[in-house]
Amino acid sequence: MLALAILPSLLAQSSGVLTVAPLEKARVKRGDEFSSKIAVQVKPGFHVNSNAPEDEYLIPLKLTWSGPLQVESIDFPKAEKIKTPFQEKPLVVYTGAFDIETKFKVPANAPDGPNMASGKLRYQACNDHECLRPQTVDVNLSLEIR
Amino acid sequence: MRSPGSALSFAFLCLLLVGCSRTSTSVKAASAADEPSANDSPIHKPAPDFALKDRDGATVHLSDYKGKVVMLDFWATWCGPCKIEIPWFMEFEQQYKDKGFAVLGVSMDEGGWDDVKPYIEERKINYRILLGDEKVDHEYGGIDSLPTTFLIDRSGKIAAVHVGIEKGKNELRDEIDQLLAAKDVTNARAGDPAVVAGAK
Repeated sequence: MLALAILPSLLAQSSGVLTVAPLEKARVKRGDEFSSKIAVQVKPGFHVNSNAPEDEYLIPLKLTWSGPLQVESIDFPKAEKIKTPFQEKPLVVYTGAFDIETKFKVPANAPDGPNMASGKLRYQACNDHECLRPQTVDVNLSLEIR
Repeated sequence: MRSPGSALSFAFLCLLLVGCSRTSTSVKAASAADEPSANDSPIHKPAPDFALKDRDGATVHLSDYKGKVVMLDFWATWCGPCKIEIPWFMEFEQQYKDKGFAVLGVSMDEGGWDDVKPYIEERKINYRILLGDEKVDHEYGGIDSLPTTFLIDRSGKIAAVHVGIEKGKNELRDEIDQLLAAKDVTNARAGDPAVVAGAK
């Protein structure tokens, strides 16, 4: 039972200070529209830039997908503004846990059967005294297309 | 004969082990600022030479600076904490450039000079900026965190390493002063590295 309980965290994709929970398999039909939420967790003490940082030099959080699905939209949550010792203006960031929702459409010509949409979440994290170099976490969405 | 239940438990145990090993990897990456163990410490070791380009396209070697104290700073335009140190380093460059000292900034920006040149101009950075590459990253132990600053003595050996902002301006200045004052000692005992007090 314990193993069952901790299984999702074992399968989480992690890179540096950011972890992504595994996505549930999507069973969909051609022409369907559906959404999938990525649950992201940032290590305490660190922040990652939002998808729209206000400083042009900062590296935004970016999610890209490849595979048989058409991406309709990617919705990032509202970011928070934090004050740091190194920036006059507040930084627009994510900390802790948050979700990113992608709305997909299954194309009419998508192949039948099992398939995979592959996502890449690129982020850049810092704390008050250091920054980590940009990293990318793979996010896999298993599909069963009918 | 293993029962289906125990087989399932075994499978989960395997997953657990795989999961743990993955977690260890991420923890290692996450604690890039952790102090290296004594065996891994770069202190006393020769600073690896490199050949990197500056903004004018000139090739710069660390060995060009032999005989000087060098503050080698790995940084990036997207690194907030680096912004705190850059004015300090400009001040050090101005104050010590005629006393056998130089700051070299190695940018780890993936966007190259298109990102770095405007930043240098905006901030009027007065010390030499070089563009880093995978080779220098690897040879300096894998630069996961920025800023990472190496203080290199006159004999070309690493005297101190600071990952992140762990020292204030005055403490860094004291370290530079110590290394510049060690000139005579270094000359008297050729090859002996100077080490700043409290260096990691």
